[in-house]
Amino acid sequence: MSSPYLPDTPPAAITAAIADPVLHPDWGWRWWLGLGVSGALTLLMLVSIWWLFRMGVGVWGVDSSNIWGFALANYVWWIGIGNAGTLISALLLLTRQRWRASISRFAEAMTLFAAAIAGLMPILHLGRPWLFYWLAPYPDTMGLMPQWRSPLIWDFFAIASYLLFSLMFWYTGALPDFASLRDRAATKGKQMVYGTLAMGWRNSARHWRVWQDYYGAMAALGVPLVVSVHSVVGMDFAAGLMPGWAETIFPPYFVVGAMYSGFAMVVVLAAAFRRALRIPHLITDAHFDVMARVLLFCALVMTLSYATEWFYAWYSQEPVERFLTHTQFFGPYAPFYWTMLACNCLIPQLFWLRALRRSLPAVLVIAVLINVGMWLERILIISQTLSRGHLPSQWALFVPTFWDWALLAGSLGFFSLLFFLFIRWVPAASIHEVKERIHEATP
Amino acid sequence: MAQIFHARANTIIRICLALLLIVPAGTVAAWMVVMRSDYVTGRNETVTQPVMFSHRHHTAEIGIDCRYCHSSVEDSAFAGIPPTETCMTCHSQLFTEADMLAPVRQSWVSGTRLNWNRVHDLPDYVYFNHSVHLAGGVACTTCHGAVGEMRLTRQVAPLTMEWCLSCHRAPGKNLSPRATLYDPFPTEGKSAEEGHALLAEYGIDTSGLTDCSACHR
Repeated sequence: MSSPYLPDTPPAAITAAIADPVLHPDWGWRWWLGLGVSGALTLLMLVSIWWLFRMGVGVWGVDSSNIWGFALANYVWWIGIGNAGTLISALLLLTRQRWRASISRFAEAMTLFAAAIAGLMPILHLGRPWLFYWLAPYPDTMGLMPQWRSPLIWDFFAIASYLLFSLMFWYTGALPDFASLRDRAATKGKQMVYGTLAMGWRNSARHWRVWQDYYGAMAALGVPLVVSVHSVVGMDFAAGLMPGWAETIFPPYFVVGAMYSGFAMVVVLAAAFRRALRIPHLITDAHFDVMARVLLFCALVMTLSYATEWFYAWYSQEPVERFLTHTQFFGPYAPFYWTMLACNCLIPQLFWLRALRRSLPAVLVIAVLINVGMWLERILIISQTLSRGHLPSQWALFVPTFWDWALLAGSLGFFSLLFFLFIRWVPAASIHEVKERIHEATP
Repeated sequence: MAQIFHARANTIIRICLALLLIVPAGTVAAWMVVMRSDYVTGRNETVTQPVMFSHRHHTAEIGIDCRYCHSSVEDSAFAGIPPTETCMTCHSQLFTEADMLAPVRQSWVSGTRLNWNRVHDLPDYVYFNHSVHLAGGVACTTCHGAVGEMRLTRQVAPLTMEWCLSCHRAPGKNLSPRATLYDPFPTEGKSAEEGHALLAEYGIDTSGLTDCSACHR
């Protein structure tokens, strides 16, 4: 066996290793505990949303200066996490990075769940969220179309198309695996459910040819979407005439930031799945090694992006930009900014050491820190600018309330709840693709 | 191994896939129809009034000018609902014993006003102004319909924002010459040239007509 990413097992054993946890669940108390905790946090999210709808956005720490708070930071963070799944699936598929096979399925699920949560956040932050459908162009009785010059409308389309694409891509990739589950299912009910999802897949050569053409074409469509969705998020800021926002670097800077936090989340999930499904032969140390390299590369690009911002603040000699950069380092939010720089730029440099790249605890801890750092980056982009805007009389610090934290914690709980259900009903890795890779690697 | 699905399953799936498209599209389409229906817009509904007042009789049949009763229409945002005294200028002499007019006489004697019910009710966030529309050449009947035909008054226009904007975006053809502004019947079929001429005559600058703040503040 030549590949470090593949197990030395016969193909049938792969099917059993991935399909059995779904068909013959033996999860024990850990699964139920996880489901319970996630469910409780999800309930917290629902309560916080109910309270928000009942009382209005004033329950958050937002005010007329800090018009954007946690909701928008959460939105940017979640959509960033949602970026990596499609990146792994589409870009790595097209560039024939074989190691994606065993992590692509849950990475795509991550994309789907994270993008769905992200899509919720801007709706929640609307003053009248029940009118969010006004973002859609439809022949309304007002005779109005949305404001096409607004990035918020581009955002609506970027997220909507990204969500639809992620769902279809994820389902297409899982189609042959649903057929495997159908064939292995013992009860009539499971046969019916997975049989319906498999859409009559018969494993014929013609099916495979059509499937591969379709999947490849979808992947080619997906790569521009990955770039567009977070570029547009960047433009939400860049089109606003605020210090620290109106920068042309924002779209690429946001795309890299998104891949960074998304890959960090994939690492966390990969560690969890490896432990939960007992599949260290499928998600190997070599996987963590290569993902750590991606993270290291992203860390360098992020550092370069921050440095570019500082450079242009000095080079432009624009007083507000210089003031903002000074505030970043020495202002009221400075401790968070320094923490962010440590998490996003400094600590990932440890990945230069091969031993640390292959140590699961080290990779896991650094990945979590990167996610914390990226979340800090999102909230700081919003709060540093808005709390120190053009009008000194409007200066006010953003201080989150209980309901801000409740929504953030709740959305994390909802994310993990979806994963606890996913692991129970859907094969967590791509059975057919791992088998294909094994077949290729076998001389 | 036995077949999991019956031969019908393919047809059922195909129907379901079609429904997946048809149901959302149909729901949206149905909702759009409902929102434009008379039921939602209140169009063509004759509102119950304290007195069965006939606009047809008072305008087309006996020829009273709109402004005799709606006296503030040229100067103010509100056209004005006439006080009982206005009714009594005639009805202290005419039909003085008519049962139909009993509430008017009662109001006259007791000094409590008649509670007319609004027929054209715009949302509170719309700041409609009657005087500016008349000064711009919009005749009463352009919005209120052929009042000269109405025994009981009803709303003819849907009063949706779409309807307001249909005129604000291209007002020319909806304008009327000064002489016919208060006619009880609309003048039919103006050509585009006439519309242009009327825009020039009234000196209307169409550039700001679709600004949000033209109607909302």
